[in-house]
Amino acid sequence: MPIADRDLGRILYVDLTRKKQWTEDRLDLFEKYLGGTGVATRLLLEELPRNADPLGPDNVIVFAIGVMTAMYPTASKTVAMFRSPLTGNLGESHAGGRSAVAMRMAGLGAVVIKGASKTPIYLSIKNGKAEFKDATALWGVRSTYTVGRVLREREPWPGTRSIMRIGRAGERLVRYAGVVTETYRHFGRLGLGAVMGAKKLKAIVIGGRRRIKLAEPKKYKEIYKELYDKAVKTPLMRKYHDLGTPANILFLNKIGAFPTRNLTSSRFEDAHRISGEHMAETRLARRVACSHCPVACIHIASIRQEYPHEKYFYTTRYVSYDYEPTYSLGSMLGIGDEEGLLRLIEEVEVQGLDAISTGVVLAWATEAYIRGLVSGRDTIVQPSWGDWETYIEMVRLIVDQPNEFYKTLALGSEEAARKYGGIDFAMAFGRNEMPGYHVGPATHLGYLIGARHSHLDNAGYSYDEKKLKENEYPPPEKVVDDLMEEEAWRQILSSLVICFFARGIYKPGIVAEALKPLGVRMSEEEILKLGWRIYSEKYRLKFELGFRIEDLRIPRRIYETLTPHGMIREEYMEEALSYFKERIAEIIGQNIPSPKPQV
Amino acid sequence: MPAKIVRLAVVDPDLCVGCMSCMFACARRFPEAGLGKAAIHVRSVGGVERGFTVIVCRACPDPPCAKVCPTDALIPRKGGGVILNPSKCIGCRLCQEACPFGAVMWDYDENKPMICVHCGICVDYCPYGVLKLEEVKGEA
Repeated sequence: MPIADRDLGRILYVDLTRKKQWTEDRLDLFEKYLGGTGVATRLLLEELPRNADPLGPDNVIVFAIGVMTAMYPTASKTVAMFRSPLTGNLGESHAGGRSAVAMRMAGLGAVVIKGASKTPIYLSIKNGKAEFKDATALWGVRSTYTVGRVLREREPWPGTRSIMRIGRAGERLVRYAGVVTETYRHFGRLGLGAVMGAKKLKAIVIGGRRRIKLAEPKKYKEIYKELYDKAVKTPLMRKYHDLGTPANILFLNKIGAFPTRNLTSSRFEDAHRISGEHMAETRLARRVACSHCPVACIHIASIRQEYPHEKYFYTTRYVSYDYEPTYSLGSMLGIGDEEGLLRLIEEVEVQGLDAISTGVVLAWATEAYIRGLVSGRDTIVQPSWGDWETYIEMVRLIVDQPNEFYKTLALGSEEAARKYGGIDFAMAFGRNEMPGYHVGPATHLGYLIGARHSHLDNAGYSYDEKKLKENEYPPPEKVVDDLMEEEAWRQILSSLVICFFARGIYKPGIVAEALKPLGVRMSEEEILKLGWRIYSEKYRLKFELGFRIEDLRIPRRIYETLTPHGMIREEYMEEALSYFKERIAEIIGQNIPSPKPQV
Repeated sequence: MPAKIVRLAVVDPDLCVGCMSCMFACARRFPEAGLGKAAIHVRSVGGVERGFTVIVCRACPDPPCAKVCPTDALIPRKGGGVILNPSKCIGCRLCQEACPFGAVMWDYDENKPMICVHCGICVDYCPYGVLKLEEVKGEA
């Protein structure tokens, strides 16, 4: 049975060099791969020259949604894939906000962007078609907030559209510039903002409103209700609604897994001040949801600031806070002042940077400065732990790049450490700055072997948390097997595309059932097999783009700072990596392991 | 005893998180998915940080949309709002212009208005109590 909604198969190709566009019917791809990561990987395999310069016109960006997008609650994410200018390898970044439902409502399953424009432009996409619009006046605008505001007034479909834009960081090719969508969500990681900047593509506005055909309408309603009820009743979802992702801060700090001051410590004495609880009680202004997600985990705080020139004249501004920025721009920089944290997050938003990489780069710079590897002439300002006002200055300097030092910082912590020293405390894995967990070996293995270098690939940190309840930590081979299996399954979630927070609801059995009314017949076993196939194709592409396990560097700092599982041993990590090397070779050789049904 | 007459009411738009569950629920009254048939709409009031506005029929006792309809396709409903007779509707969109709330949505496939029937399915799918069905008393 084919997918009932044939419009999902429509893929929009945009060539920015020739200002041309066309659509192709590729429903076959969605029937085979479900959408999202699976389809985007396929499209990159077809379109991306393997020697493409990440910042050249040859790089290709794919945005893809899945067969469940706009169909079931919490299927609210869009997958972006491209060649990353930060790592040089495959880049994959997911964002929520309104982008996914907006793309489905615009009558598209994916958008493929090729070439590069000579002059700044933005794309306005509706009814399956793009319009090229001049963005000369928007180029160089100081804040991503302003760009959003301007486009909001100019473009149609309020409520069912998405405004994805880059900031000055993307224009100035900071290798970890992100794309901001709906002001508070991001394609944050791996430098999609710089790829768009290099293509002179300032923004993409996409939206619409349409009907979607079903194969079995009655069954659809039943399954929808079941999933919706689960989504609003599960305790996990409640946790994310109440406090948002920062709900984990106090726990992670208590067990000693909360990276602090460039991971010189795994506990932060001011954790309570930047915790989800304290922020909600003192700062929370509003909770907001992604499209078609009843959870509403987005937490927006207010900043109330008096103008220096006039008494009783205040500005009230808003900024969203999450776990990762609280770690990277908070504990990692020794910032325990909630006002300072919010102001720093705000500056990162204004410039359009990835919050995680920015914080980790600043943490390396601070330690390098304290150790005398770089001088005050390099840093221009004097960084010190907790001094958020100086860090705000440094964020601007990373974007402005007034000297060699800041030009280098804009390339990432790996490049900076290779040039100035301090490689052992440059906290990047596969050249991508680390997320906020130091729970044990699986956490860091996860960063290294995850196919998109996100902590969410295989959730090694969550694996380590669970293992705290057991007496003995598993051997490296077992950990690698378990992480790979989880990651293979997550390829399905990110192909459908379901938010990982809802992974407790979307188990293989119910996924198979929920696909039927949409016209997709796949057994549980076939779904699990497909997960492995997508995982394998993604790794194949990674290898073709030059990925080598031998090149993976493990920052020595992780062996020096205590985790809840004790000190991590170097031999353990090396054994794990060499075992992974064997396993991945088997898998790339199309030797797909027989899937174990999940519980 | 006659059935209770009810109408939809917005309790407090500040409770709204913008999840769009109500919009999708409304469209599911028909054997399809998507938003093409939704008679309720949620959008931000200029950036999500400032909150949302819930656009839906206010069940006017003397509805302007009915007054401007040139073919009497919209008939005032007991308890407020209107009932659409699609066979009379010519798709002129005067009703859309007449509604000050912008609550007359448009069905582009049929080229006819989408009129809220105050059935309350959106209430069942609002997780935060933004919407409710209330009884209309003292109506003729």
